Parts: sequence; structure tokens; C-alpha cells
Amino acid sequence: MAQLVLDRLLAQFGGGEIIKTGSQHGNEWARIRPDAWTAVCTFLRDDPTLSMEMLTDLTCVDRFGDEPRFDVVVHLYSVSKKHRVRLYGGVPEENPLIDSLVPLWPGADWPEREAYDLYGVRFAGHPDLRRLLMYPEFIGHPLRKDYPKEKRQPLVRRQAGSLD
Amino acid sequence: MGFEFVYSSKLEAAVNWARKFSLFSYPFVTACCGMEYMSTAAPKYDIARFGSEFPRFSPRQADLLIIVGTITERQGPALRRIYEQMCEPKWVIAFGVCASTGGFYQNYSTMPGADQVVPVDVYIPGCPPRPEQVLDALIMLQERIQRGEGHSQIAMRVDQGFDVPAASVRPISRITEHGEKAKVK
Ligand code: SF4
Repeated sequence: MAQLVLDRLLAQFGGGEIIKTGSQHGNEWARIRPDAWTAVCTFLRDDPTLSMEMLTDLTCVDRFGDEPRFDVVVHLYSVSKKHRVRLYGGVPEENPLIDSLVPLWPGADWPEREAYDLYGVRFAGHPDLRRLLMYPEFIGHPLRKDYPKEKRQPLVRRQAGSLD
Repeated sequence: MGFEFVYSSKLEAAVNWARKFSLFSYPFVTACCGMEYMSTAAPKYDIARFGSEFPRFSPRQADLLIIVGTITERQGPALRRIYEQMCEPKWVIAFGVCASTGGFYQNYSTMPGADQVVPVDVYIPGCPPRPEQVLDALIMLQERIQRGEGHSQIAMRVDQGFDVPAASVRPISRITEHGEKAKVK
């Protein structure tokens, strides 16, 4: 349906920035080289035939055991042209860093903070990269697949057997 | 502090009788159970019949803390502070399995039961519980208040230097009580 988007991308970026493209259940996706993240997204937003005005969602996937380990996933939608596309940007485990999309879509602010909070992926250029959901005292990133399922980090506890 | 324990047990019984029919509740509503709480407070189930009429808007005016919904670890300090702001004697009801045990949430963020941070007097199971269960729990709590067995009632007595047996908080068995009442009839 949005094959046009992928065709435009492949025509524009011939230097290996688009690693792979595909379509699943009618949804087109493209895997982007992380250093071209901002360039590709800027093109998607500003090209008049694409005009992806809206960042629907930004999240992260932990492909534990694979390399690169984390995939930052972005869903873009064009309100005027009514097409959408999904982008993957793989970031490695030892330096999980990718460009922030807040300068392009301000709505990426909290999704990026959430991805940082829960997966530990950092976004270069984000104005305020703090934890969003977990408390500041929390250590680690709980949605990483190597975070222990039973591990809790309580802030307060009653003493056992106390009346109060 | 509560002078009543110094006086005869008849006075204590009268005070506890007054307490149990004038519960001012502070609902700490965090999640889906809140819908069922509203239903309980609305005219159809009408919790006002039991003297638990007013949801207060400040914990300082309340003596019954109803914890309704999932409690996260992050909310723990806030819940503890709200409990500490309430005047003694005070009681706590855990409304729903989330507030009682954490429910089906078994993860990094959810507290395994509100009793990790505040002493809970009555637990209401159910996800969410039916309003009838809530009314039943309220009656259980009133019986407990009458017997002077709320956590904070016992703590007050300990503070005043009264000798309280270690296992003074008896498990409440409604089934036996109903059974005994049924036999009497
Ligand atoms: S017990 Fe069920 S209904 Fe109540 S807060 Fe938990 S999940 Fe929601």
C-alpha cells in the first residue's frame, strides 16, 4: 500500500543507508543504518510526496542474543497522503546510542524517554533524557530481557510483624 | 490519646460502637477497581446505610483508608505518607486482589500487596470485587472495630502501656460467626 514510500526512500538513499526493506501484512518497513537515522527521517517528513507529518509511536525491541541487540522502532504516518511506514534502527549493546527525533517531531519526547527508561537506549540530542515511568532510584532497565523477572527494588517497606 | 481504655470496658464498647458507624473514608483509587468502588458508593448499593457515608478529600479528615486498585512501588512512599497523615485510630481496607496481593501483576513495578507499606485490616478478594463483597468487608471491619482489634487500636493500646498478647489479632472467620448465629436462630 505504501510501497511508494519505500520506492522513494530507495531512490533517494543509494549509499547503503537503507539496509533492508519489506512488507508484512500490508505494512511496509525499512531497516535504516543508525548513522543515517536523522537524514532519512528528515527526508520522510519534508519530501512533498511523502510528508510524514505524524510520528505515531516510537518504541524499542530487545532482540537478546542477536546483533545489534536493540531495535528502535518508529511508526510514521502521513495525515495528508494517508500512508504509513515503520522504521527500524538497530543499536548495539555496548553503546546503545541513536539520534533523537525530538527536533523533527516534538511528540517523540516522551516515547524516547520511555525507551531510555525501560531499555537503556540513549538518544543523542534529546532535550531532557530522564526516566519516565520508573522512579529515579531504580537501577537498571526493567524491560531488557536479562533483567530478572522477580527482581523488585522497593522504596519503602513495613517491618515484618509491626502493627504500624 | 484514647482515654477510653482506662475506663470500663462498657465505655470502650460504646466508643467502639460509635466509631464503627461513623467511618469517614479516604478512597485511594488508582486503577480499574475504582469503577466498582463508585458503584458501591452510588445509590444502588448505598454504602451510606452502614454509616460510611462521606468520602473525604483529605486523609486528615478520614479514619478509613480504602486502597482501591494496583499499587506500584513508585506509589509506596505516597501511600505510606497518606496513611501517616490520618488521625488515630484508623483502619485500612485493601479493595481487590491488586491491593491485597499484587494480583496477576508479578513484575518489577507492582507492589505485592498494599500491606507491604501500610497495615491492612480487611482484604477484599476479586478482580474487581462485587459491591456486595465490599459491603461484606465493611461489616467485617465494623465487627473488628467493635472488638477493638484494628491494627491501630491495638497499637494505641500498646502505646498506652497496656499488656497486649503477641497474637492479639485474631483471624476473623465470618463463616463460623454466621454459622453460630444461624444455630442460635
Ligand atoms: S484487582 Fe483487577 S479490577 Fe482491581 S485494580 Fe487490580 S486488575 Fe483492576
